[in-house]
Amino acid sequence: MSAQGALRPLSRALWRRPRLKLALLLSAPVGWLVVAYLGSLAVLFASALWSTDSFTGAIVRQPTSDNFTALLRGEVYRAITLRTVALAAGVTLVDVVLAFPVAFFMAKVARGRWRPLLLAAVLTPLWASYLVKAYAWRVMVGAGGVLDWALAPIGLHGPGFGLTAVWLVLSYLWLPYMILPIFAGLDRLPDSLLEASSDLGAHAWRTFRSVILPLTMPAVVAGSIFTFSLTLGDFVAVNIVGGKTQMIGNVIYANVGAANNLPFAAALACVPVVIMLVYLLAARRAGALESL
Amino acid sequence: MHLSRPARVALRAVTVVVLAFVYIPLLVVVINSFNPARVAAWPPDGFTVDWWGRAWDNPGARAALWTSVKAAAGATVAALILGTLLSFAVQRHRFFGRETLSLLVVLPIALPGIVTGIALQSAFRFLGVPLSLWTIVVGHATFCIVVVFNNTLARLRRMSRSMEEASMDLGADGLQTFRLVTFPTLRSALLAGALLAFALSFDEIIVTTFTAGAGDQTLPIWIFTNLTRPNQAPVVNVVAVLLVVISVVPIWLAQRLSEGTVRGAGAAAR
Repeated sequence: MSAQGALRPLSRALWRRPRLKLALLLSAPVGWLVVAYLGSLAVLFASALWSTDSFTGAIVRQPTSDNFTALLRGEVYRAITLRTVALAAGVTLVDVVLAFPVAFFMAKVARGRWRPLLLAAVLTPLWASYLVKAYAWRVMVGAGGVLDWALAPIGLHGPGFGLTAVWLVLSYLWLPYMILPIFAGLDRLPDSLLEASSDLGAHAWRTFRSVILPLTMPAVVAGSIFTFSLTLGDFVAVNIVGGKTQMIGNVIYANVGAANNLPFAAALACVPVVIMLVYLLAARRAGALESL
Repeated sequence: MHLSRPARVALRAVTVVVLAFVYIPLLVVVINSFNPARVAAWPPDGFTVDWWGRAWDNPGARAALWTSVKAAAGATVAALILGTLLSFAVQRHRFFGRETLSLLVVLPIALPGIVTGIALQSAFRFLGVPLSLWTIVVGHATFCIVVVFNNTLARLRRMSRSMEEASMDLGADGLQTFRLVTFPTLRSALLAGALLAFALSFDEIIVTTFTAGAGDQTLPIWIFTNLTRPNQAPVVNVVAVLLVVISVVPIWLAQRLSEGTVRGAGAAAR
């Protein structure tokens, strides 16, 4: 009780000074997020303008635009950037096509106890280890793997390690991120609109094209923010099933590790950041950020 | 909506196929952990629990498991403290930059993980901080704050201030009220947030790659460095199954604790 007695004046002081209380509440989290996290991002962008000494490998802290010049002039980097963006678009497309029927079934067709079960079935793999899911596909697409075995009876074989496998695996990995926002968007869509459309004589396809798709577009864009951002930064899945495929993520990873050129890696990392910022601005204009 | 019977059947079929597409690869890893073949040959020609014993005795995997547990525990504690403080500030006070701060807390998971990872590594190098278990904890805590923050904030919004006012009217001071009224209401939300943070940290690999010291291997890093080594393949399967179980069980518990209102489904997006 004496300890409590000693704390009472402190408690009173805080009650009387809400601003002091707020300052105490905020100091640690703001210190962490603003100083440590934003500070780190600032160092990253600053170091994109630095260079490494070609003899010692030490970082030279003198501003130069060499990294960005190399990035913009280099035929290789342009090709890698284009390939990565095309892959992100391809992954997004596959995920939309796969996610729509599943989300529609969950939101509008499944009844009663099936809905929560389906939702759990989609959510659980979202939390299962990302690395293990990528690794699982190594066994699936590798030579003599599950796909080779399953496709052998019809005279086909799996894609093997390479760009196709990366496309497949990334579509697999990010699929739940697309299903969930589309499900939420369809769930908010009143059934009466669909009935009105069919009362006015539209068949299922016309209803989909003229009613469902326009109204769930913000949800699709929200899902695509995930599929895009995650694809642009990935290097683990690409390393595991990509064979020799080069993506932005791998090149950044190689420059941090093997090449020990952190400034150039930092300049490369600006590419996904800029693409995502442009994407987010476009998404905000389309009103998709509220669907996240 | 009135759908024709064939349309319903088609939708159901597509859903079943997509769910099979989602679960079959995971199932294959589980089956392969009992596959007697040394190289992942498919289909398995027998059944063995041998690899589970070998994995248990594998010193590298054991050390990595221990590192992962320590890193996740450290990150969870840090995220719990920072996330809770922030949620109180944002929910109970009005101040300049409040909206910006709620956005900033999401940024570490909204940006690609590789950006967060090399940003932290550049900062550590800049400051001359050697990479270690502590730098892993700092990296993980940064993206775990948001799950604690979201869970606590949701609970604080639903909680009525009148309970706390009643406590104060009955003579309790601010700290007593927190201990006897506020904290018990928050407890399950804090536990759910902590479980999510632990799971998120436990299977993280991208940020870890850039913030781990040479001698500190977490379980995902151990898998990543060993999966191309043929003689380790069977043990990797076992560790992979373990990793899925250790990351899914806390999530499942967290879902139950917060009655299906767990926030941060997008939190795994890094």
